[in-house]
Amino acid sequence: MGSEPLLSVHNISKKFGGVLALSTVSLDVFRGDIVGIIGPNGSGKTTMVNAITGFIRADSGTVHFDGHNITNWQPHKIAAEGLTRTFQVMRPYFSLPAYKNLIVPLFSPRARKTGGWRGGGKMGSRDTVAVDILEEIGFERDSYVPFKTASSLPTGYLKRLELARCLALRPELIICDEVFSGLSMSEMASMVPLIEKLQMEGITLVMVEHRLRELFRLAGRVVVLNFGCKIAEGTAEEVMQYPEVKEAYFGSEEVYDYV
Amino acid sequence: MFGSKGDRRKERLDRGIKVRSDGVYAISSWREITYLIAPRLLFILGLALAPLALGAAPYWQRVISIICVYALLAIGFDFLANYVGLVSLGGGFYVGVGAYVSALLNTHYGIPPLLCVPLAMILGAVICTILFLPCLPLRGVYFAIVSLMYPLLAARIIEALDIFGGTDGILGVDGFPNIWLEQYILILSVIVIVFALRRLVEEDVGLVFRGVKDNDQAVKASGINITVYKALGVFIASSLGCLGGAWLTHMYMWAGLSQFALDFSIIPIAATVVGGGGTLVGPVIGCLILVPVSELLRDFGSLRIAVYSIILTAFIVFKSEGIMPYAARKYEQFERWVEI
Repeated sequence: MGSEPLLSVHNISKKFGGVLALSTVSLDVFRGDIVGIIGPNGSGKTTMVNAITGFIRADSGTVHFDGHNITNWQPHKIAAEGLTRTFQVMRPYFSLPAYKNLIVPLFSPRARKTGGWRGGGKMGSRDTVAVDILEEIGFERDSYVPFKTASSLPTGYLKRLELARCLALRPELIICDEVFSGLSMSEMASMVPLIEKLQMEGITLVMVEHRLRELFRLAGRVVVLNFGCKIAEGTAEEVMQYPEVKEAYFGSEEVYDYV
Repeated sequence: MFGSKGDRRKERLDRGIKVRSDGVYAISSWREITYLIAPRLLFILGLALAPLALGAAPYWQRVISIICVYALLAIGFDFLANYVGLVSLGGGFYVGVGAYVSALLNTHYGIPPLLCVPLAMILGAVICTILFLPCLPLRGVYFAIVSLMYPLLAARIIEALDIFGGTDGILGVDGFPNIWLEQYILILSVIVIVFALRRLVEEDVGLVFRGVKDNDQAVKASGINITVYKALGVFIASSLGCLGGAWLTHMYMWAGLSQFALDFSIIPIAATVVGGGGTLVGPVIGCLILVPVSELLRDFGSLRIAVYSIILTAFIVFKSEGIMPYAARKYEQFERWVEI
């Protein structure tokens, strides 16, 4: 801490027609942090991720990453800088084995440069590198999980596959769009240490979440959005003390009075 | 197919030999090797020997060449539509560009036809790719609509500005030195291109192409510029069309507006439907059926298009998967009825 933030979002805004999806939201993420973004449905979390990663153009505001102004760059350039993201809705190649899904990121210019595809394949084909990455992220090689077709894998593995797709690029920062949603309790329990492991490997994480309990275990700092505005920022305990946050999640107190 | 018997269903199982010939063990016995090679050899030899078999009928030899031109376009269409996700109706444009480039190279610079054809293939594909660049962000049907405009527009521009010979076309183009050479250039190209593209789509780069089609957002998020790959796809498909166009020019010894005809955009689609999309061999088989049928139907005059439509409709209704996937299934699997 104290140094320059790795990712710095400044007063970013986005309008969809008459709806203000994001209104002057700012966010600083420092190297090695896990930052959570929470908020009720429709509060602008995914819009923010899309605006940062270039999938939609922000109307105003700037995004700086690792010293570059990446505002409204094309998504593939942002990913090549080391800022990757997962998608909430996973669409792997369902007909292919799981490891074949990693061929596309391993084929990218960044993976060749950073050694995501180890030194240009001197230590094996892309297939073997892909299997290694999957094994690292919890696909048991002994029971042939990396070789099963993606359509036969449960949601937990598909979420990991999304993470693996990011890891293949050797990213600096991963923005996880709801990695916990749709997982069973045991799948979530095994996902938490995986995220901690990624942090220990030096990857910075921004997690957009609905599952507050798991998120609060991981995130050092939490940002709360509601109706496109940042209403609170701080540690998990601090954030939950804000009256606006309580109102956004549980409804306003006045309503209770009337009832 | 399932009929009134509600308590039975059809079960499909891979044949033993298919499973045994999967992977490196196939080379352990001649039976497995034959199983793998036989269909490929049938395709190669069938195409290569067809002109010899039809030696007594020069008209039908010519039809084989026309089939090959359409086959090249159909392979390109299948590749673009089923592996890159761009439904291209620009076949007529590819042929026209290839034809004019080759004719200009030949008449203006005196380059011999055998050199003109590969040059026109590459130059033409570069021209087509550059002209299609503005449309690449479009997908599916929208790309189809815009790409259909290209051949129409090109023909009108040449007509209105009276460039490249205007409505008369470019006359005095050299022909091929030898009729067998003429025929076999095209047949060999089709065979080589089919197998090369089938290999390409199975390689790692093929997975990137398929990613662009199935989930372009994930490809972008993987740090890959999808416009580059779409342009590469258009380059490959248009180079096939330009090859066909350049060849046509030297066969007719003339390049003209009829080489921007919509036939070159439409028949490849029909052939892909009949042969089976996504197989890359299917479109060739589709052309082998549709083009001769179309020639036979010449006697019917204007009824030709009606008969043609009926054949197409029948295929879409009764065998919508196409010939090639059907044949592959029969070859690799057996079916039986099982009681439920």
